[in-house]
Amino acid sequence: MRDRLLDLSVTEGRLALAAAGSWTADRAGDLERLIETAVRRARGVAAVEIRMGQVERLDTFGAWLLERLVRTLAADGREAAVLDLPERYRGLVEEAHHLNRTPVPRRRTNPIADALARLGHTVVDIARDLLLIMQMFGAMAIVTLRTLARPWTFRLTSMVHHLDRVGWRAVPVILLMTFLLGCIIAQQGLFHFRRFGVDIYVVDMVGILVLREIGVLMVAIMVAGRSGSAYTAELGSMKMREEIDALRTMGFDPLEVLVLPRLVALVIALPALAFVGSMAALYGAGLVCWLYGGMSPDIFLSRLRDAISVDDFAVGLLKAPFMAVVIGIVASVEGLEVKGSAESLGLNTTSSVVKSIFLMVGLDGLFAIFFASIGM
Amino acid sequence: MDAATREAATGDAGIRETVISVRDLVTGFGEGTVLDGVSLDVERGEIFACVGASGIGKSVLLRTIVGLLPRRAGRIAVFGEDPLALGARARRALERRWGVLFQQGALFSSLTVRQNVQFPMREHLRLSRRLMDEVAVAKLEMVGLDASVCEKFPAELSGGMIKRAALARALALDPEIVFLDEPTSGLDPIGAAEFDILIKTLQQTLGLTVFMVTHDLDSLHAVCDRIAVLADRRVITVGPMAAMLASDHPWIRSYFRGTRSRVGHAAAAV
Repeated sequence: MRDRLLDLSVTEGRLALAAAGSWTADRAGDLERLIETAVRRARGVAAVEIRMGQVERLDTFGAWLLERLVRTLAADGREAAVLDLPERYRGLVEEAHHLNRTPVPRRRTNPIADALARLGHTVVDIARDLLLIMQMFGAMAIVTLRTLARPWTFRLTSMVHHLDRVGWRAVPVILLMTFLLGCIIAQQGLFHFRRFGVDIYVVDMVGILVLREIGVLMVAIMVAGRSGSAYTAELGSMKMREEIDALRTMGFDPLEVLVLPRLVALVIALPALAFVGSMAALYGAGLVCWLYGGMSPDIFLSRLRDAISVDDFAVGLLKAPFMAVVIGIVASVEGLEVKGSAESLGLNTTSSVVKSIFLMVGLDGLFAIFFASIGM
Repeated sequence: MDAATREAATGDAGIRETVISVRDLVTGFGEGTVLDGVSLDVERGEIFACVGASGIGKSVLLRTIVGLLPRRAGRIAVFGEDPLALGARARRALERRWGVLFQQGALFSSLTVRQNVQFPMREHLRLSRRLMDEVAVAKLEMVGLDASVCEKFPAELSGGMIKRAALARALALDPEIVFLDEPTSGLDPIGAAEFDILIKTLQQTLGLTVFMVTHDLDSLHAVCDRIAVLADRRVITVGPMAAMLASDHPWIRSYFRGTRSRVGHAAAAV
């Protein structure tokens, strides 16, 4: 206590409260406790008087606490009189008299019901997401056909710009990461295969794994994280600033102007990056086999030639454009779903990456079944 | 404007306390200078408005006073202290004594309206949850919102409600000064008039000092005690509405007595 805010004294069945000092936000915590004490002390008396004459400063916090004291006393059946209120605070105290009259509608929570409700919402959301993705796929098919019929309407400059961003500028990071991945797979293979004396099969493993699966999937995941998220954030912030509505009112189709060039850029960039990435992974694997496994590059290359076929290479690269379409479509759907708040932008960007990676892995599984059944 | 005319304009300048004082302020971006030698004084308890053409630097002046923008030269004193010269603690204590209403409201979009209003209380005061809830609702009611908006997010509110909620947040700690950046922009005339009345009422009940930047002639006329006109990178005149209407400066004439001004029409009709 730095100074007295409220003095209590009981005389002849009356509780006298003498307020003093600054009844302001800074002291509101102390004041609230004093007021609760006063309410407890008032239980034994018939009437309460509150003298406000010595109050030096009063703000909304103080005025509200005074009002709360009077209201609580009244609810307990005590009569409370506020005396000597300085003229300059009369307006504020009267204002406080009208505040907090209606109870605030609180959201009632029941953990089990909430969990069930969340589960239900999630199921509905998943169904809705799938529907939206299919809608976007259909819409993009129409836009693509329309653009094919009138090729001069295609936004080549925009496409080249995005190709530069998602393709060319992604090359260094993709090279580095796939190179390291190739190194690691080869090292692990050598380490374990050596025990059986079959080091040479590491080349088969690396070749098939990288060309058929890892090369394209890892690159696609990196592109989803690097470029899919950027697409969602761009489209989302354009949505927030009504830029997309502006395009629409000028008679442009946002899908044609914004989404198609981005999607085409991805469809071109991803197979190219997957190819570059696979080569870097094989190079890394060869390097590890030579330096760590003591396998000369000649042996590595000739074994690689025997182990893999053009089919393996084709299987990997055929998947790439489909993955690109998945990334592009999911990123656009999520971008256009962004609502007004910064939080929703963050949420949609995250879910864009998560959903596209999930769908790509699912798609990869379907492709594995498909290629196995056609004997590739 | 020299001291004598200012005194004449306000009448009782002698007994008033100056809460914001700006002297020879120079500020700008890159090569350009936006404000060059701005001086003004705001006294306790008045509603002070700053007007000027778009892009003249009114918002820059407001942002410089609250310390969001750096300045090249000049002195600013709020409650007699220069915000930039203070240490972190003293600066926080000073900032607690003012509230700012930004043009777009600047409510935190990830928090509900109630949490937005409680945010400054949580950071600066140690209060019980009950008291914070009650005061947050009280503040929202004081700015004319009802308790049902408490649990809504800013994205669910209309423009006028956002302004009101943002004003409630600016008032959360019962500041002595509120800075309002274009408080009535984006509101319809009825909403704007209600907002003017609200500012006036709050200024009277809470004893606020209001520093506002505005374009709204109606607000200037309805609530402002004194008006500063910015032109040519400096304050060309300060005074009450009557002084503005009597001025011969061409820009002031066209602004206050132009076709958009009701007062101008009334004056022309007489």
